[in-house]
Amino acid sequence: MKKALSLLLVGAMTLSLAACGNSSSDSAETDSAATEESTTTEASDSEGSGEAVFKIGGIGPITGGTAIYGTAVQNGIQIAVDEINAAGGINGYQINYDFQDDEGDSEKAINAYNTLKDWGMQVLVGTVTSAPCIAVAEETHNDNMFQITPSGTAVECVQYENTLRMCFSDPTQGTESAKYIGENGMATKVAVIYDSSDVYSTGIYEAFAAEAANQPFEIVSVEAFTADSKTDFSVQVQKSKEAGADLLFMPFYYTEASLVLAECDKQGYEPVFFGCDGMDGILGVENFDVALAEGLTFLAPFVAKSEDEMVQNFVTKYEEAYGETPNQFAADAYDSVYVVKAAIEAAGATPDMSASDLCDAMVGAMPSVTYDGVTGKSITWTDGEPNKAPLVVQVVNGEYTEL
Amino acid sequence: MIGFISYLVNGISLGSVYAIIALGYTMVYGIAKMLNFAHGDVIMIGAFVVFSTVSGAGLPPVIGVLISVVACTLLGMAIERIAYKPLRKASKLAVLITAIGVSYFLQNVALLIYGANTKSFTSVVTIEPLTLADGALVISGETIVTVAACIIIMIGLMTFMKYSKSGRAMLAVSEDSGAAQLMGVNVNSTIALTFAIGSALAAIAGVLLCSSYPSLTPYTGSMPGIKAFVAAVFGGIGSIPGAFIGGILLGVIEILGKAYVSSQLADAIVFAVLIIVLLVKPTGLLGKQIQEKV
Repeated sequence: MKKALSLLLVGAMTLSLAACGNSSSDSAETDSAATEESTTTEASDSEGSGEAVFKIGGIGPITGGTAIYGTAVQNGIQIAVDEINAAGGINGYQINYDFQDDEGDSEKAINAYNTLKDWGMQVLVGTVTSAPCIAVAEETHNDNMFQITPSGTAVECVQYENTLRMCFSDPTQGTESAKYIGENGMATKVAVIYDSSDVYSTGIYEAFAAEAANQPFEIVSVEAFTADSKTDFSVQVQKSKEAGADLLFMPFYYTEASLVLAECDKQGYEPVFFGCDGMDGILGVENFDVALAEGLTFLAPFVAKSEDEMVQNFVTKYEEAYGETPNQFAADAYDSVYVVKAAIEAAGATPDMSASDLCDAMVGAMPSVTYDGVTGKSITWTDGEPNKAPLVVQVVNGEYTEL
Repeated sequence: MIGFISYLVNGISLGSVYAIIALGYTMVYGIAKMLNFAHGDVIMIGAFVVFSTVSGAGLPPVIGVLISVVACTLLGMAIERIAYKPLRKASKLAVLITAIGVSYFLQNVALLIYGANTKSFTSVVTIEPLTLADGALVISGETIVTVAACIIIMIGLMTFMKYSKSGRAMLAVSEDSGAAQLMGVNVNSTIALTFAIGSALAAIAGVLLCSSYPSLTPYTGSMPGIKAFVAAVFGGIGSIPGAFIGGILLGVIEILGKAYVSSQLADAIVFAVLIIVLLVKPTGLLGKQIQEKV
């Protein structure tokens, strides 16, 4: 609401400034802080020399409420690009990489996409969040540009054949969660709280509810919240408690989850907490009382503590470069770049091809690609969906532990 | 029945936070005749100052809150001096846009300093929760402190406005700033004082908001800020008791709407009530009808 209003007003201001050039005011100065910020990361300096390079673009929110995910993706891509360039590039060609901010907004994502196209992007790794991803997928479909989203989980993100994803889809997560709870006899009565204003959360919830019908537990309470009312969760928690649920399913991100967990603690309600991959990161919330999250279980593609060699290599490099443990967004982004590499190599493509020809060649080569990465092994793709098994992660003694 | 009382208590608790924020909105609107959209973000800054001083530097909560109040007061006065005062003669729209600009500016500064990662705010309230009806009804220490703070602040403000010299100067400026100036009231310093008080309230609101709902990001203040603005309009913008009543009602309607109608439609219900109130009483519940004399 405020955003829409401010856009309108910024528009009005631009007009008024254009009309009278001397009316320089403080508003112009302060507003400039809010204008779109973009970060350009040149990974290679070979552009000027006329040598051919693959141009890979990335789009995601590096400012705004979902900045944490976009930043992770930006960093994850950067590490993969640096590694590949250091190891001699793709088919002997270096990669140039540029990342644009979309603030998690569909309209700005399209602008970012156009900026990258002007720059000469041939392959898109992005976008990070679902709604902008769906919007950009329409554009890449029209332009026939190869697009892999590290973390766009909505079904529509990969509805075209030029699009694929690295993460699980929302329905997969919902279905798998319900199966896991049912098969392990974790609960008989389940309460759900979900974000009805978010496609990710709603998508998981709907698949969960559909699968729950086949499972030996009952959904006794379903409560929602929206992006505009996610401060107070007292009602949702109280209703779950009153319904006598022994498991609380929370298909949303950890920012809200930390509030829900605190509210449960306040009301003395102690169900089993079960989340989705958006919970990854909850232990990293600064100053968070990790005891609140003890026993929280969720499905995720990646655990930083894994002993897998590739994972450890990635985690070490990431921690050295950015001073924090990578989350699954960074891991999916890292893998996405390697999948692009695998597809280009399988297609035997070169940078002098147009984005459209490159896309056709890569899409044609995808069925033959089997990828081993940090978020899964022997991954193949069917209709843009990765075939990989989720890991079950539980918070034990304040640490993520793979079950 | 216990369920209903529990919802009501939660509603009053949320409403009290809205009310404290709304008091800041309404004072600034009443006196400077401008909508300070950056108010919600001053709240966020206030909460971050407490976070840094208490959770970061390990100072006692009381000192942290005091530092936060002082910091926000200075910030509010600085914003007024730098961003709003030069525009005093400009159109209302220009000031409104500046306020939105300041709002984004503060959010981005916080983003730059603290990053986008969510911080968990440790409650500064150490009062034990009140357990009634054999544990069926728990009233948290935060709720008790928030409601008490809200009532004390409202009474304090009303007394200040009625009996102190600067308070009466504020009333005069709010009624007619031109005439007040002719009568020897220093309009500029009165408006600066208004911003100082409003921002100090914002710091307290930020601490109480984050103590009750312990998550802190650079965007924490914006939605409660908007809701509090609605509360101020609901109660009659410019009116101090109006902001109080508007805030409490808004919180209670929001929580009861969630509990008994639909948790998805809570905001729709709140705004539907607002529209109905404004249709019946366009100046809000306690707003004064100002008649232009010809």
